Amino acid sequence: MTPPRTTVLVIEDEAPMRRFLCSTLESHGYRPIEAADARDGIAMAAQHNPELILLDLGLPDRDGLSVTRALREWSGAPILVISARGRESDKVEALDLGANDYLTKPFGMNELLARIRVALRSAAERGRPVPSSIVVGPLSIDFARHEVTVRGSPVHLTPIEYRLLVLLARHAGNLLTHRQILREIWGGASGPDAHHLRVHMSNLRRKIEEDPARPRLLLNEPGVGYRMRDLA
Amino acid sequence: MGVRDDEDRPDPDALLERVEAEEQEASRAKLRLFFGASPGVGKTFTMLENAQRLRREGVDVVVGVVETHGREETAGLLRGLEQLPRKRVVYRGRTLEEFDIDAALASRPAVLLLDELAHTNVPGSRHHKRWQDAMELLDAGIEVHSTLNVQHVESLNDVVAQITHVRVRETVPDAVIERADEIELVDVPSEVVLGRLEEGKVYLGETAERARGHFFKEGNLHALRELALRVTAERVDAQVQAWRRQHGISATWPARERIMVCVGPSPASARVVRSAKRMATVLRAPWIAAYVEKGAQSHRLAESDRLRLAAHLMLAESLGAEVVGLSGEKPGEALLQLARERNVTRIVAGKPTHARWRDLIYGSLLDDLLRGSGDIDVHVIAGMPGDGPAAAQPDRAPRPVPWAAYARAALGVAIATGIGALVRERVDLADIAMLYLVAIAGAAAFVGRWPSFLASVLAVGAFDFFFVPPFYTFVVDDLKHAFTFAVMLVAGLAISSLTDRIRRQSIAARSRERRTAALFALTRALAGARDVDAIARVAEEHVRDVFTTRAALLLRDANAQAGLRSPLGAASELGGADATVARWSLEHAKAAGRGTDTLPGAGVVCLPLMAAGEALGVLAVGEPTDAARLEDPEQRHLLQTFVAQIALAVERAQLASEAQLAQVRAETEEMRSSLLSSVSHDLRTPIATILGSATMIAESEVPLDMSACRQIAGSVRDEAARLERLVKNLLDMTRVESKSLDVRKEWIPIEELVGAVMTRFEPLLEGREVKIDLAADCPLVAVDPVLFEQVLINLMENAVKHTPSGTPIEIRAETGAGAATIEISDRGPGLGPDGATKIFEKFVRVGSSKSGVGLGLAICRGIVVAHGGTITAMNRAGGGTTFRIVLPLPEPPALSTEEGNVEEGARP
Repeated sequence: MTPPRTTVLVIEDEAPMRRFLCSTLESHGYRPIEAADARDGIAMAAQHNPELILLDLGLPDRDGLSVTRALREWSGAPILVISARGRESDKVEALDLGANDYLTKPFGMNELLARIRVALRSAAERGRPVPSSIVVGPLSIDFARHEVTVRGSPVHLTPIEYRLLVLLARHAGNLLTHRQILREIWGGASGPDAHHLRVHMSNLRRKIEEDPARPRLLLNEPGVGYRMRDLA
Repeated sequence: MGVRDDEDRPDPDALLERVEAEEQEASRAKLRLFFGASPGVGKTFTMLENAQRLRREGVDVVVGVVETHGREETAGLLRGLEQLPRKRVVYRGRTLEEFDIDAALASRPAVLLLDELAHTNVPGSRHHKRWQDAMELLDAGIEVHSTLNVQHVESLNDVVAQITHVRVRETVPDAVIERADEIELVDVPSEVVLGRLEEGKVYLGETAERARGHFFKEGNLHALRELALRVTAERVDAQVQAWRRQHGISATWPARERIMVCVGPSPASARVVRSAKRMATVLRAPWIAAYVEKGAQSHRLAESDRLRLAAHLMLAESLGAEVVGLSGEKPGEALLQLARERNVTRIVAGKPTHARWRDLIYGSLLDDLLRGSGDIDVHVIAGMPGDGPAAAQPDRAPRPVPWAAYARAALGVAIATGIGALVRERVDLADIAMLYLVAIAGAAAFVGRWPSFLASVLAVGAFDFFFVPPFYTFVVDDLKHAFTFAVMLVAGLAISSLTDRIRRQSIAARSRERRTAALFALTRALAGARDVDAIARVAEEHVRDVFTTRAALLLRDANAQAGLRSPLGAASELGGADATVARWSLEHAKAAGRGTDTLPGAGVVCLPLMAAGEALGVLAVGEPTDAARLEDPEQRHLLQTFVAQIALAVERAQLASEAQLAQVRAETEEMRSSLLSSVSHDLRTPIATILGSATMIAESEVPLDMSACRQIAGSVRDEAARLERLVKNLLDMTRVESKSLDVRKEWIPIEELVGAVMTRFEPLLEGREVKIDLAADCPLVAVDPVLFEQVLINLMENAVKHTPSGTPIEIRAETGAGAATIEISDRGPGLGPDGATKIFEKFVRVGSSKSGVGLGLAICRGIVVAHGGTITAMNRAGGGTTFRIVLPLPEPPALSTEEGNVEEGARP
């Protein structure tokens, strides 16, 4: 008996786009189910309990952001938001509301599949015991000993830099918005401004990256947030 | 071909006039007058009967105002007719009911009844007189039925006064009566009127008694009846004439007459004006009312005279005369010159009312006219005291006697006496006489004519008293001294007169010069004013300075509140009532406000700026601080000239701005078509490829192998990517150009910006080397991260696209005092001769590059400029191009170095 295929819900109003998404998923071993508007989408999510949801922000009947909020009330399935270019604020808001990542139209098949893989893996890792160490490419972090090494040599980090690095590493491949990071590291709403974060990130990059102007690990998505490249 | 006698044919101008008149007739609303000889003939009754008939025929008749005077039969006729509610106006503590013109305009009936056309409205109403209300209603296309008695006809005013010895103050200009389309004479024998009065059908109680005593004498009624019949007959005659003219019957065409009436400040002048009007009516001749400004006369005229002259001119204008102002020391000559220029056939002048000796000294105007008139007839009309125009304005306080001037004249004589007393032993008596003449001349030159006359008399007296023996008495021993006195007096008076005339001429010249200078200054300043705002400023300043009052220029603007816009925001200076005046003036293209017939109670007078028969706006002029200066015909004339100049300037500016708009539109149009042609090419090429490739896969009849499919799909992918870039650029450009570009500046390390671009760009570099040289201290710049990433990406794309593959690209950044500089340099072919400036223009493509529409760099510039920075392109030493962005760099925010509430620390 073949293992049950992963169910992916596609909520997208444009039929050609929906067809492209579904056939791509189908041919890569997922089980796509589709909905053309928000009402259908939420109903399908409740009925089929999909493992992942692809959500277009521009839906005819309801704002995609409110759909994200509605889904997050009861569903833990990762949500990938799809939106048109130039709506950075929408993306940030969707991410802050609990979406896991976003894709900007137009995008290629490979990019879509990679994002889906990352999202599914981090969802799968949730609930497992925290590992004692993480290795991402040349970077390894030993949580027990609070030790960070890059290409084998130890790196000295300030407490904030360490926590930043751990946060990004634990969500490797996932995009974290500025607000999410600020909330995680400084807690509450009274954290410092985004430029403090940028300066700490900049310092961290100098310590981790070979060439900070050509980052390999600590990627910046202008106007949205940071992501650690998933090299696992 | 037979030649027809021209006499038989109407002249083409007259024909045209007729056609135009007929067209106007057809389109304009009708005025119907119920005309009678006196109250009590039954005008209102007839009008209402007529209205009832119209109502039965289904015509929408509304009663605007009907005075029943308590007559029951009349009131009975009101039944069934819709009546407009009256407006209540509070005036001096009493509430008065008045016709509500706005309600009438709003309800727009087909026919409106408006009793007593000559009625004077309660002060504070829109118009001074009810006939003006009627005119506005007619202009609005509402047919008006009204009633009028013969004594209210302006041109008959003094005839009626002569008959009845009652001067009627409420008059209606003849032009209004001529405007009437139908005049229905309501005529009953005088005995019947008297009978009705007896029965109390005309007036009630005491009023009736009083009326019987004064106005309603049998003789009066007969005379008035005759007048009314005559007016009606004249009108019928005019209709006959018009009919003949229209139908080419030329037998009795009168020779073209033209009448000129001489107007002056004398109270008798009003009567002369009315006579001229009657003559003009009978002769169907155009007429001119002329007045002569004698040197500085209008300065010399007493306040009351000046007002009266202005009132006479207004009267003449309201009676349909063309008013012409002349100036000259000799009025007779000036008038005759005008008469000859305008082919006047008859001159009408008033009988002199002054004493004969004045003519001997000053010359007689009438004499000059009679002698110089040649073949022009001169009509001399008798004046009557108390003939002042009905609308005479209240006289202001009489000019105070200049006591100081007289005192100075007397002082001059006293000084002469003193000097004479000192030198009397040494000089001759004649020398002392000369001394006095000097004092008289001085008085004439410095304090005016009358004081110097006084000085002459005083001088003779003092000379006699102090210097002619026997001394200290006026008694004269020697008769030869009497002769000396006579000569001295005559010489003194002559000197006074002559010196004073010179003085007045110089004052007149100065005043003329002032006016010319003011006008010249205005014209010059207006010529320098480029736009409407500047014109408004110039106009307001000059009017303020010259007329010593506030002024506001308001222009027609359909979008603005009240349809008027003040370029300088001065509308706030106008109160609500004044704004109403301005609006009325604009809508009707007529002067309104203080000193005019419309809304005379307002604080300002509004004059329309006329251009090509249309009011472009109005000039509102407030009350001059220098009392009554605007009532002065001279000042009024100057103001009108000002308004004409301002109107010209405004028209010119508006035409210029329209032309400019048209040019901008044309340029935009050109821009749009160049965009369209460029974009349509660049959009269609990839679409063609995609469509073709997709058709190949979808519709191919032979199965394609996998590698062929991949190849075709690859080109679809590439073309789609190209299309995406193009659309992205177009959207970005639209965003950048739409002014609403939302720049959200944040403090960002330059390194992070460059890093993001490099992450995204790496795959496109195809192994090309990128040298990055950033300042070591990781400077922060304040930019919108999303927009600025776009700038860097576009510059990188530009570098990759336009340089040979394999050549290096350099990114350099540094921060200095107050500015951050970012440079992206390549080793490509460099810029052409004018490339450095042209390269940032839209749709400019350098070289023969095929992809892109030439928007990338234009977007860069748009974004950088929105950040307050600059972007320049220059050729590098050793070949290649450098794009340099300079951004303003404010003080970066302080960074707290404390680590906050972090609990765990990294182990050393």
